[in-house]
Amino acid sequence: MARYVERAENLARILDVTHGAARRHNSTQDWAAILEINSDLERFAKTGRAIDGEAVVHFYVLDTANSTSILNTVTSARENARTLRPFISTEMWSQLNIFYNWLRALSPQDLTLSERPRLFTSIKANCQTHTGITEGTFFRDQGWYFYQLGRYIERADQTTRLLDVKFHRLAAAASPASPLEAGEEAALLRSAAGYHAFRRVHPRGLMLVDVVGFLLLHNAFPRSVHYCINELDRFLHELRQRHVLRGGAEALERLDEIRVALLVQSPQGILQSGLHDIVDWIQGQLIDITDLLTRDFFGR
Amino acid sequence: MSPATGDWLTGYDAGGYYCELFGRANAPATHTQPLRERLGRIPVDELRRRARNAENELFNLGVTFTVYSEKDVIDRILPFDVIPRVLSAAEWKQIETGVVQRVAALNLFLHDVYHEQHALKDGVVPRALVLGNGNYRPEMVGFDVPCGTYVHICGTDIVRDDAGRFLVLEDNGRTPSGVSYVVENRRIMQRAFPDIVDVFIRPVEDYGLRLGHAMAEIAPAGVDSPQIVLLSAGAYNSAYFEHVFLAREMGVPLVEGGDLVIENDRVFMKTTAGLAPVHVIYRRINDDFIDPEVFRPDSLLGIPGLMRAYRKGNVSLANAIGTGVADDKAVYAYLPRLIRYYLDQDAILPNVETHICGEADGLAYTLDHLDDLVVKPVGESGGYGIIVGPRASAAERAEMRARVRADPANYISQPMVRLSVCPTLMDEGVRPRHVDLRPFAVTGRSTWVLPGGLSRVALRQGSLIVNSSQGGGSKDTWVIV
Repeated sequence: MARYVERAENLARILDVTHGAARRHNSTQDWAAILEINSDLERFAKTGRAIDGEAVVHFYVLDTANSTSILNTVTSARENARTLRPFISTEMWSQLNIFYNWLRALSPQDLTLSERPRLFTSIKANCQTHTGITEGTFFRDQGWYFYQLGRYIERADQTTRLLDVKFHRLAAAASPASPLEAGEEAALLRSAAGYHAFRRVHPRGLMLVDVVGFLLLHNAFPRSVHYCINELDRFLHELRQRHVLRGGAEALERLDEIRVALLVQSPQGILQSGLHDIVDWIQGQLIDITDLLTRDFFGR
Repeated sequence: MSPATGDWLTGYDAGGYYCELFGRANAPATHTQPLRERLGRIPVDELRRRARNAENELFNLGVTFTVYSEKDVIDRILPFDVIPRVLSAAEWKQIETGVVQRVAALNLFLHDVYHEQHALKDGVVPRALVLGNGNYRPEMVGFDVPCGTYVHICGTDIVRDDAGRFLVLEDNGRTPSGVSYVVENRRIMQRAFPDIVDVFIRPVEDYGLRLGHAMAEIAPAGVDSPQIVLLSAGAYNSAYFEHVFLAREMGVPLVEGGDLVIENDRVFMKTTAGLAPVHVIYRRINDDFIDPEVFRPDSLLGIPGLMRAYRKGNVSLANAIGTGVADDKAVYAYLPRLIRYYLDQDAILPNVETHICGEADGLAYTLDHLDDLVVKPVGESGGYGIIVGPRASAAERAEMRARVRADPANYISQPMVRLSVCPTLMDEGVRPRHVDLRPFAVTGRSTWVLPGGLSRVALRQGSLIVNSSQGGGSKDTWVIV
């Protein structure tokens, strides 16, 4: 449930920022980029529509044939919540239920150019409301810990994806030390809700290497990979201690490995040795960690 | 025409039926006077607005049952009518004591059936009717259930006739549902109508607590703090909301068959820390699905070996296995005689007059009076397969006649009761609609009846069928202190 909501929120962020960029550039290239981020070019092609704002936004928000559309993701979150209803709070269930019914009632008219910014804001706000209600009402038993583990695994994964594709595209054109193109800079950090936080660390300039460092390594930015790994580590330790569970030891080791791999290198070094490789490796580790946790605690 | 103020009540006409709000013309219901006055102050448009909000709220909260269409899973709320159904203290006294009496007789009968079979030997109930019944479980013979209680949760379907008399239509002693709506309807009423919900209404919100106590009472001997669980068929069961509701209200885990395992004839649930013992199971799946080793081998919902653990007394089940033989529509006809036989009392709540087609007299009477009778197959629930003689077409009656002749033991017939009505808010205004009542009785060592119960209302004009699967709705039900 946490993973689905986190995913929906991230997608809404990316759509929102892309929408802004596309307005500035007046180009469809930005809409193609988002398909690329999610490796969806091929799947989108099956819709038979030309790549433009309307088609891509529909694909990602309402298309029920697209398994990763926000509607489908929120449907999954709600189905998850339905089976978890005995464990979660009534308010958590009710809000997801309302969110889902609202999304389902949307029509193509709600996706038109003028409506889009409001739409994305509403989706994000609904996801954040979920997070807030959860924080404020979810009983702190084992379910809470598993919820948090899911959330941070997903968040770390989303941030690596964002880095991977954006930089894949940008690095081809720019050397690591060069300033980013003005539109890209904001888009990148804003989709991770990190522009202003970044500015507090780096008041001037916007170097590729700094942005990589920030999104991967900064331990105070709540969407950075490093921060997510720390949270995962903390929640897993607490889960094991408070509930005297033996499982999760291997997952903890894997988390340590990721942290070491991140911290022994400078952002400069990461860029030189290949951002894609490390990001790919982190994603693989996160998948393994998920499998290990599932095996240890749910016997599957 | 919809009047601007609350004088919609004065324009209301019960159409000659007994009305739950107004009583009869020559015997007006005085206990509803305060409610009528307060309702009368609310203009009908305002009533409608609040009704809409209440239904929205139920939908948002997910107080729903699930309907399946070809391609969709649809969540529907049980349509909720905002005009409450009110029972006086005296009326409730009769229902409460009557239900307690019936539950006592059902439990004594079930014990007897699975032990000495006195009632069968003495000819009170035909042997074939019981032993040949599809719900009779030979696995239960000679087994002693805790507290002698088989039917822990009972839903008794009661109607009221023209004379204002309460009559029992059916005892539901397997896995009766609907109690969650009773509690949720009251919550919604209190939110939508703080200005009319009377403070002197008997509360219903402690149902989960009472149920939890009863479940603890029936725990296997020697278990001090029993682990209770609620066994559900899962999130796609139409009553899943209720399963969640009851598990939460009791504060116990909701499990599915796959969450439980049997080891050494003991029941355990899988947890993140390994296996944890389970002592009491409030099961919301039917007998025949509960243990594929003993009953339907194709059941994926059940737990292989559960019956072994049960028969060893290592786990208690509510309701017990094999209760279906007592709430059968044919056995129902004998319940007044069973009450006399076991308790030496007259039935406080009489049955609707019932003809058993499995008996020669009953069959002859049924076939002779098909035009006036309601004919029901005994094995069905949910209002399926019922034919209402006076309303049926000649062809439908002919078909029923043939079916009854072919398998008489599968049918009973009853005169058509002119069910009481209650004012109900419809698109065209406030109209009389037929209602029934299902009080819920919880039995561990003793029996407690939830004050009120579920009032179901047939929303179609003239319809007598109140089942949710057939388009029925529900009302908040008040018992005045």
